Amino acid sequence: MAKNDLKLLGGWFSPFALRVRIALNLKGVEYEVIEETLNPKSDLLLKSNPVHKKIPVLLLADKAICESAIIVEYIDEVWTNAPFILPQNAYDRANARFWVAYIDEKWVPALKSILRAEDDDDEAKKPHIEVAEEVFERMEEAFNKGSEGKALFGGDTIGFVDIGLGSFLSWIRVVEKINGRKLLDETKHPGLIQWAQTFSAHPAVNGLLPEPDKLIEISKAFKQNLMAAAAAAAATK
Amino acid sequence: MMEDVKVFGLWASPFTQRVVWALKLKGVNYEYIGEDLFNKSNLLLQYNPVYKKVPVLVHDGKPIAESMVILQYIDETWPQTPLLPQDAYQRANVLFWSKFIDEKTVDMMKFFRYDGEEQEKAMKENWESLRVMEKESGLSEKKFIGGNRIGLADLALGWVAHTLEAMGDVIGVKFITPDAFPHLHSWMGNFLEIPAIKNNLPPHEHAVEYFTEKRKMFLAMNYHHHHH
Repeated sequence: MAKNDLKLLGGWFSPFALRVRIALNLKGVEYEVIEETLNPKSDLLLKSNPVHKKIPVLLLADKAICESAIIVEYIDEVWTNAPFILPQNAYDRANARFWVAYIDEKWVPALKSILRAEDDDDEAKKPHIEVAEEVFERMEEAFNKGSEGKALFGGDTIGFVDIGLGSFLSWIRVVEKINGRKLLDETKHPGLIQWAQTFSAHPAVNGLLPEPDKLIEISKAFKQNLMAAAAAAAATK
Repeated sequence: MMEDVKVFGLWASPFTQRVVWALKLKGVNYEYIGEDLFNKSNLLLQYNPVYKKVPVLVHDGKPIAESMVILQYIDETWPQTPLLPQDAYQRANVLFWSKFIDEKTVDMMKFFRYDGEEQEKAMKENWESLRVMEKESGLSEKKFIGGNRIGLADLALGWVAHTLEAMGDVIGVKFITPDAFPHLHSWMGNFLEIPAIKNNLPPHEHAVEYFTEKRKMFLAMNYHHHHH
């Protein structure tokens, strides 16, 4: 039972929940994880996130906080011990928020579309893979420009952008496996390749990145459920 | 030394207006550069290479893009008339609603872009988004979203108080009526009364004129799309 009554409503497969875990781990905070299967969505989830009905939700004694990036900022503000997740300087903070918003706005929908397509439907996947490739090109540039030769976006410590992007490392591998082609590669993304190793090995992250093969399994099951639901809906029209 | 603040924007855009209101509320002087989205300036493309969009804030030569990122930067840099609560939990709540509203903004303008079935669908989605805000954003208890003073989420939503009204006038629909959305309707009145907002709104007739022309353009595009 967590000392300070802090619970994270999350899922082992969720990159968004992983963001929150990494932030809490970085701060050395004790918390309990409640695994949500989303099948069906639990009463606790529906009650604590009525607007989106999504994980993660950070549950304090009587309060719920939703939206992974907002939760991470909250954690950084409440637990003021080092390491600092957001930069100290306002301009650098704006930059960090920009890149995390970019990841959520560009990469996430592309990932979802790639996963939704049939494995062999290259035509459907093509535009989204192109978006993904552009994202990693820009992130490589941002990493090389912003890290000033250090190992992480946050410099010596894991920062907001590291968490924002690093939480997706397993899902990046999933896309690479499904398509038989690298999204992060040594020639085009030397910075990110090194960064990914440093990030994965960090004590706050180590062991938490899900196995890509397990993710492929559940995304297949999820897709089947989606198709079954769509077929059922079409049959009742 | 005078601080150098520039805003690259489009006067009719909700995203630009938020930034202007934030600066006006805090009494920050800035230079406004209006952009023609069909002929973007080289400076804009240089300052926002990722999205190539407005608004962009440039402070002492350093550019920031994305309206909600800009708003948080403004609030942190010029702390007078704070736009976020002091309390971390309340702040997370205002940021939650700011994000919700920001993410819905483009979708909520779709009804203006389309006609026929697509327009009907877009309008239904608008009512649903407004219903969520009416019910869940705490406007039944507080004057503004997340507090009794104007904040980030109100600035994000502010476009509905005048731009959505103007667009609605052109189409012949009124979304936020006191019967359907009493709290939002009250909120609109409170929002528009704030001097920094009231004095920085485009005149209603001007907006209607602009959107009437836009609507003609969209309908022509739809016609060509369906008849070729």
